[in-house]
Amino acid sequence: MTAWLTPRNAFVVALLVVLALVPVYAGLIGNYFLMSLFTRIVILAMAAVSLNLIMGFGGMVSFGHAAYLGIGGYAIGILAKEGINSGFVQWPLALAMSALFALAVGALSLRTRGVYFIMITLAFAQMVYYVAIGLDRYGGDDGMTIYKRSQFGDLINLSNKTAFYYLCLVLLLLAVYIVWRIVNSRFGMVIQGARSNDRRMRAIGFPTYRYKLVCFVIAGTICGLAGALLANHTDFISPAMMHWTRSGDLIVMAVLGGMGTVFGPVIGAVALLVLEEALSGVTEYWQIIIGPIFLLVVLFARGGIDGMLLGARRD
Amino acid sequence: MTEALLRVEGLSKRFGGIVASDDINLLIPLGELHAIIGPNGAGKSTLIGQLAGELAPDFGRIGFGGHDITALPTYRRSQLGLARSFQITSLFPDFTVLDNVALAVQAHAGHSFHFWRAARREDALRGPARAALARVGLAERGDVLVSRLSHGEHRQLELAMALATSPRMLLLDEPMAGMGPDESARMVKTLRELKRDLTILLIEHDMEAVFALADRITVLVYGRTIASGTPEAIRANAEVRQAYLGEQEAVDG
Repeated sequence: MTAWLTPRNAFVVALLVVLALVPVYAGLIGNYFLMSLFTRIVILAMAAVSLNLIMGFGGMVSFGHAAYLGIGGYAIGILAKEGINSGFVQWPLALAMSALFALAVGALSLRTRGVYFIMITLAFAQMVYYVAIGLDRYGGDDGMTIYKRSQFGDLINLSNKTAFYYLCLVLLLLAVYIVWRIVNSRFGMVIQGARSNDRRMRAIGFPTYRYKLVCFVIAGTICGLAGALLANHTDFISPAMMHWTRSGDLIVMAVLGGMGTVFGPVIGAVALLVLEEALSGVTEYWQIIIGPIFLLVVLFARGGIDGMLLGARRD
Repeated sequence: MTEALLRVEGLSKRFGGIVASDDINLLIPLGELHAIIGPNGAGKSTLIGQLAGELAPDFGRIGFGGHDITALPTYRRSQLGLARSFQITSLFPDFTVLDNVALAVQAHAGHSFHFWRAARREDALRGPARAALARVGLAERGDVLVSRLSHGEHRQLELAMALATSPRMLLLDEPMAGMGPDESARMVKTLRELKRDLTILLIEHDMEAVFALADRITVLVYGRTIASGTPEAIRANAEVRQAYLGEQEAVDG
């Protein structure tokens, strides 16, 4: 009767309830840091969800996805520095710049495959990273403080931590929903078919390149939005936002959580960042513990945490 | 003289020192089932690769239904109605059987920049896909994952996907490869039915099937056409017997 009431779905609902209650709990115990941590988790989860659209469903392993976080963030920071604080200007521009960059990167990198694709996406991200370092006016290597968060008039006050957290959470859920619709649409079928067997896709009449390119741009745009949120969250932009290790983190989140489902990367982001936070309190060598855990998941749970939960489905 | 649906003129392709296609000429009229036979390494798959657009010929022209398709990319040829099946099964293993065929239908149902509606619920895709499955005898297997099909069923699905693109002509690359006698017999029956509606270029090693089905046969040896004609003419051709059929006949005894 209740076919949807699987252990996995129960887990997803529980996770969503926890995420929704974070501000309440943080308010009760007066722990501001918890709020800040979970705001970051929610934002990076959104970036991981966008990466999973191209990597998990499209088979396009981008090793430069953090570049969009940076571009989205720098769009906010640069405009703020130049005195343009309206979110109605900042955010669309952040999205447009990310989309444009994704279009350029995708147009070139999607002509290659496998390791070459990974390397080209990494190279582009490194390029943006070094350009950001060269932007002396905007803090160069050291980064730059943003003194005023994006202004949305009376609509929402982003400086209100609780309001901002819920905005991030709603946008994350919206991103998950949009990706879910896309994945199951005609467009999504083409993307997944191209991952599975690009040659056959062309043989049955699909010009796969243009579909993959559009998918690449959608993912970059969503990640650019995450970047805009991140800049508002930290009130700070710096090249570190798009360091290549950050791109690696996003891949780890998607793989750890599970690339086969739309929600997997959210689980991965929560798992990785909470683990990182908890372990770094115990030892400064926390990576030594996370490394083997990641290895075990990759070796023994091919679908990530979400795949494991789905495997436990009772039917 | 009937109008040719597929017209190949002076097609040549080399790989380094090896001549894989050597000045091949073919005229396949509408409705014909034309078989290409030849020993291993004769350049049969290279020929199909060039017809499908996966390999670019060095010289020569390919015309299809009045279009010069020599320089067209693969997907454009498919859109014009030229469908191929693969010698080594080439499917989408993590999709169901019906998903696979529906994808082929979708390829020819306008562009696919539809981001919102659930494609698996669209009757416009699922209906024709089910029909194509029924034509090859896989109607009952729609919801099975492709990775769970038997080899013979893979071959049938290959054919269903080619059919689902509503083609004018099929390029079939060894559809019976690796099949048992029962499966082969069923495939021959299917092809005989398809032959009524479609022009077919068939590459096949199973001589019994080829001679049972083909209207005309072309024999390739080292990339060169050594004979072309009706099954009777090919059977009687001395050069063919010597180059190719000889050993087979001797075995069949």
